Amino acid sequence: MSHSATMNAGETGKLEFLVPGEHHVPNGTLLGFWMYLMSDCLIFAALFATYGVLSQSFAGGPTGGDLFDLQLVALNTAFLLFSSITYGFAMLQMQQNKKMGTLVWLAITGLLGAAFLGVELYEFYHMIHQGAGPQRSAFLSSFFTLVGTHGLHVTFGLIWLITLLVQVNKHGLIAANRRRLFCLSMFWHFLDVIWIGVFTFVYLMGSMT
Amino acid sequence: MSEHSLHDTNHHDHHEEEAPHASFSGYMIGFLASVFLTAIPFVLVMGDVFSSDGVTSLIILAFAAVQIVVHMVYFLHMNFHSEGGWNMLSLLFTAVLLFITLFGSLWVMYNMNVNMMPGMM
Amino acid sequence: MSEQFDLTKLIFGRLSLESIPYHDPIIIATFLMVAVGGIALLVAVTRAKLWGYLWREWFTSIDHKRIGVMYMILGVVMMLRGFADAIMMRIQQAIAFGDSMGYLPPDHYDQIFTAHGVIMIFFVAMPFVVGLMNYIVPLQIGARDVAFPFLNNFSFWMTASGAVLIMMSLFVGEFAKSGWLAYPPLTGIMQSPGVGVDYYIWALQIAGVGTLLSGVNFVVTIVKMRAPGMSLMKMPIFTWTALCTNILIVAAFPILTAVLTLLSLDRYLDMNFFTNDLGGNAMMYVNLIWIWGHPEVYILILPLFGVFSEIVATYSGKRLFGYSSMVYATVVITILSYLVWLHHFFTMGSGATVNSFFGITTMIISIPTGAKVFNWLFTMYRGRIRFDVPMLWTVGFMVTFVIGGMTGVLLAVPPADFVLHNSLFLIAHFHNVIIGGVLFGVFAAIAYWYPKMTGYKLDEFWGKMSFWFWLVGFYLAFMPLYVLGLMGVTRRMSHFDDPSLQIWFQIALLGAILIGIGIFCFLFQFYASYRKRDQLRDETGDPWDGRTLEWSTTSPPPKYNFAFTPRVHDNDAWWQMKSHDYQHPKDGFVPIHMPKNTAAGIVIAGISTVLGFALIWHMWLIAGLSFVGLIGATVAHTFNYKRDYYIPAEEVALVEAQRSNDSGSEVLA
Repeated sequence: MSHSATMNAGETGKLEFLVPGEHHVPNGTLLGFWMYLMSDCLIFAALFATYGVLSQSFAGGPTGGDLFDLQLVALNTAFLLFSSITYGFAMLQMQQNKKMGTLVWLAITGLLGAAFLGVELYEFYHMIHQGAGPQRSAFLSSFFTLVGTHGLHVTFGLIWLITLLVQVNKHGLIAANRRRLFCLSMFWHFLDVIWIGVFTFVYLMGSMT
Repeated sequence: MSEHSLHDTNHHDHHEEEAPHASFSGYMIGFLASVFLTAIPFVLVMGDVFSSDGVTSLIILAFAAVQIVVHMVYFLHMNFHSEGGWNMLSLLFTAVLLFITLFGSLWVMYNMNVNMMPGMM
Repeated sequence: MSEQFDLTKLIFGRLSLESIPYHDPIIIATFLMVAVGGIALLVAVTRAKLWGYLWREWFTSIDHKRIGVMYMILGVVMMLRGFADAIMMRIQQAIAFGDSMGYLPPDHYDQIFTAHGVIMIFFVAMPFVVGLMNYIVPLQIGARDVAFPFLNNFSFWMTASGAVLIMMSLFVGEFAKSGWLAYPPLTGIMQSPGVGVDYYIWALQIAGVGTLLSGVNFVVTIVKMRAPGMSLMKMPIFTWTALCTNILIVAAFPILTAVLTLLSLDRYLDMNFFTNDLGGNAMMYVNLIWIWGHPEVYILILPLFGVFSEIVATYSGKRLFGYSSMVYATVVITILSYLVWLHHFFTMGSGATVNSFFGITTMIISIPTGAKVFNWLFTMYRGRIRFDVPMLWTVGFMVTFVIGGMTGVLLAVPPADFVLHNSLFLIAHFHNVIIGGVLFGVFAAIAYWYPKMTGYKLDEFWGKMSFWFWLVGFYLAFMPLYVLGLMGVTRRMSHFDDPSLQIWFQIALLGAILIGIGIFCFLFQFYASYRKRDQLRDETGDPWDGRTLEWSTTSPPPKYNFAFTPRVHDNDAWWQMKSHDYQHPKDGFVPIHMPKNTAAGIVIAGISTVLGFALIWHMWLIAGLSFVGLIGATVAHTFNYKRDYYIPAEEVALVEAQRSNDSGSEVLA
């Protein structure tokens, strides 16, 4: 391997215009996923704005105060918050290179997430059964859409979580899987952040009407 | 062959820049703070603690804002340095746009409703 | 028996043989032309046995250069469709006065102006802009590809999928009749029960996913993959505008996704976001869609501002004047673009306070653009200007865009806008800035970078012909519209009563015909250049004495772009390398790490097309199955961990040996 090719040929020997050998390009996955999360945040911004504008349009129908069962919401919030900490434990296990520990805490997170969804579906079913479905008024349309979109995200998160359980079990904690676990971690915590907005803005403030 | 390429990317990771480093204490602080910041608003609303809805709203919104920051710092490991500051920059930009979308829409639509839907407001 | 009936409904939804517009001669004629042409093309490709080549080298390629070219081709094809819509409208408006109803019933006319707008913005301008950024940005920053090459391929096919749905609406069913932004309540399920609005929604939702992911891709690429030494303030100006554009894409497109979702919830699930009753508020749709819509127009123009900066510097033989102020202007525009959206609906009734705020912010945002124009002029001043075709387009842009910008500032004054809103003045204004800015910029960029992409320059005669016909045609087509708008003529009309207006429309039709000739010259240019390609060959990789890193590669660049990653020390990196008598290395090559091709993009996008079509026609069974298939295909793709390979050093050496030896030091007169 001759060096003359990799150094600047020419009189001004000071400036090098090449990187000799292979240039290591930093991996962009975590930043890219964060960017995607920011865009997702803005979808929620539009939905929050819509809810904000339409939240008083009851069309003579039931209001938040009539409908919201805050104990159920508190239970749901607890499920989601606990699932955040269990995911955190999964990440700690990953950091210590413990595949089994990671899988266990990941699975627990999944169960808590499924519990969250179960409660939410029950709540939706109950409201629809009462005649307070999304068709009833603009308030209810925006309620179901905002909360439902969050729930949809949790659902996709669960599908992803199950996929990762299979992949980590199969290939172990290789670099690609670690990146994926980091990304799902960001996604999962981000969903909890959105939920803070939801339970405050929608449920707590809504039940005061 | 698959081992080779998998191992390869593994090897590269030793030169990988910092992935956020989590700690047990960090998670616990974040968790306990979140529990507190969640419980209080629920108690305030469910117990009808303040007579003024406006005051309650302001308080619970403030608690929500603080809890979001707690989540960002303790769960999402937000700091000014990750990804060369681009994480923080994009977060702040998104927050500004969220603010504009939310409050801009509320302001615009309030005025629209006042002018264009007389009798409804 | 009723079970049988339900099964048919479940499979075919509301699709039936009546969905095909047999009774419309124009559509039948169009279909025959497309069918004959399409079949001829398929037969030609099959006989030349090119399917394997196309699949391996283009459709499944993750190479940003290939993907960029595919975007450009998509843009050109859709431009022909969009222009056909335009010429049909011009003809109708030139003849439909008094007793004459023209040849297009309002029903049909409404679909044409809607399709024209949707196609030109989403399937011409966006693909052109994204295609240019795709090709050029990695080369300009000294990278081998973008940050997420697989995602890049997928983004392209999602955009193509949206275009396919739009084209299908012509032959199966109908398109929306609501204008390109599809305001409810007209687009609610009550007033538009047909498939037209659904075609609109799903084409845009699918293409929107592609665009959003592309935005993420390029932000990460520019942030993380710049060559060592290329700090942000040493990036080429086109890369800066690309960065800001992609930030805008990531920030704005989610809003579009959300709004269209709300509209589809109203249509599919009977919800009440934008309905007239049960608390809906149609004004909220207008508000949200323009929160997306205004940043969108900056997404379209900012990259072209970057193109003009590159071209002006190269053809004046001078460094760009005021690089820093150009960067700051671009960033300021990016941020301010979020504070002006209400100027699109001053007349909707938000009142004086709100209107004044947005009127003022709109006027402020014109200032950084003005600064850019001055910087371009100062770059040209005392430069040794070569008026090659790219420079002609640039000068044409500067005059035309400034006029359009000025009418924009006029419209920014709310009382003036109350008279001019939705008049032909508005139409003239936005065509003025989009054609003068975006389209002229795209043509300039094509003329400028074509030799890099193909290895030979474009024929100059046909380029100049295209330019002059476009320039004269544009002014003839749109200046009359300013006059008509000031006289009070409303947009989107298919018939007029006042005969004194007719002459203006006739002049506009003449302008459109000249533009048509300009398009013909533009297309012929490719054919003529291909035939003369040996004479037009670019041997050095740097035909214009360029200043930025893409000119340091061969024309076309090798698959891996750079045998060695460049190290940058200053702005105009390639200019600096040339002035230091840089020589390309002849040995010491190392194996190069490259991503593999993938079929995942085209497959997943294909399933999305099926899903979109099924949702449009209420074919619930197929919709359900394809949705499951979509998730399944995506999950399956994530199980593929073997996505890369190495180009051996010997192969790199072979490719590099073929390049001319003195490409680094030769300066073209």
